[in-house]
Amino acid sequence: MATNADRPISPHLQIYKLPLTGIISISHRMTGVLLSVGLLLFVFIVSAVSGGADAYAAMQAVMQLWLIKLLYWGFIFALFFHLCHGVRHLIWDAGQGFERETLDRYALMELKASLVLTVLTLIIV
Amino acid sequence: MDFRTPLAKACGLGSAKAGTSHWWMQRVSAAALIPLSFRLIVFLDLCLTGPYQQTVGWLAVPFNTVCIIAWIVAAFYHAALGLQVVIEDYVAADGVKIVGVWAVNLAFGFMALAALIAVFRIILIG
Repeated sequence: MATNADRPISPHLQIYKLPLTGIISISHRMTGVLLSVGLLLFVFIVSAVSGGADAYAAMQAVMQLWLIKLLYWGFIFALFFHLCHGVRHLIWDAGQGFERETLDRYALMELKASLVLTVLTLIIV
Repeated sequence: MDFRTPLAKACGLGSAKAGTSHWWMQRVSAAALIPLSFRLIVFLDLCLTGPYQQTVGWLAVPFNTVCIIAWIVAAFYHAALGLQVVIEDYVAADGVKIVGVWAVNLAFGFMALAALIAVFRIILIG
């Protein structure tokens, strides 16, 4: 089959400027993948608790390293972001919230809510 | 050369069968994870900063045990379902795709078991 080289091409991702909703959407997927990888960290922590006081102290020492701390708080923020956007997906699944003017407003609300929840976790817990 | 139309090829093959339940369970596990995640964060913070006896004692409280076990089941299941969709979206070759989904399911099943057994060991101590 002959191909026509003049056919229009879809916008290339490196040229096409994603709208805010598009950035939020791919971030939801990326945080989902990263959180899944982060579950390894949970297995490590809970195994250390089950390993006795010495293993527990060693785990706490590892978790105090600044790079690990950064990863941990990244995990918490990703968790809240994924949770907030997930709630919106559930609203969408119910057939609500598709009005064009609400899209950006809700996207900003999700970002603010996940930031606030992360900061609250830092302060309270 | 295949002269059959796309419609003729699809007719009689039926639906994707398990697709709806995959989509549905992704939502059910998501809804469960909303409240459970807040309990998880309390546990994680205790693990990172609390004394050993306090962490073990906290997890041994029946309500906390149930919440953390429910979180483990829902989270690892939700992660496996989600990663399956990601693999199916980005991997075109059938062989790699099928083995990839297998690997994800087995890996997350294994990790969930490891986490659950750790929790059981902790509540035996506490």
